[in-house]
Amino acid sequence: MHLARVIGTVVATTKDPGLAGRTLLVLQPLSPERESVGVPLVAVDSVGAGRGEEVFFVRGRAASFPFLPAAVPTDASVIGICDQWSLDASGSRPSRRRPPRRSTRASVQDPS
Amino acid sequence: MRLARIVGTVVATRKNPKLEGAKLLLALPVDQAGEPTGAAQLAIDAVGAGIGDLVLLVLEGRAAGSALGRRAAPVDAAIVGIVDPPGAAD
Repeated sequence: MHLARVIGTVVATTKDPGLAGRTLLVLQPLSPERESVGVPLVAVDSVGAGRGEEVFFVRGRAASFPFLPAAVPTDASVIGICDQWSLDASGSRPSRRRPPRRSTRASVQDPS
Repeated sequence: MRLARIVGTVVATRKNPKLEGAKLLLALPVDQAGEPTGAAQLAIDAVGAGIGDLVLLVLEGRAAGSALGRRAAPVDAAIVGIVDPPGAAD
């Protein structure tokens, strides 16, 4: 899997029936240091991610698994939204921002 | 399989149900000398690896999904072994 930021959405009226009703997201892959790597790609959303969020996505055959038993013709799917990630050298790095509509579901317990 | 170094951990509350309880690690592919050879991958941990460990990384859907022990898990990378440190076999 790879880390990415959602940078947009795609609207396509004419498409494979398997993609009907699916959200298509434009992803910019990220390095662990949050730098853009590679070219943006289009992925099918399976977790309700939105623009600006940091997510991870799966490539290849496994990209259609989140939608089983529906057959969704995709080679990339968003399968998780990152709360945060931490690195060896630089410690914990909280995600940039999260839209308020999801803040209650994905809140991190704060002892303070 | 590839050699990789664990460089980070990822926390994601909202994720595919097949990934519930799975540990997500950032693995940087390296060569025998420990030099990075490619972009970091996010992988499922099947063996209890930790940051700094040199590991065996599977980069293929079927094998990676079976490492998690769940059918049809949306996984394309899994850590399936921890390389012993030099001299450990002595």
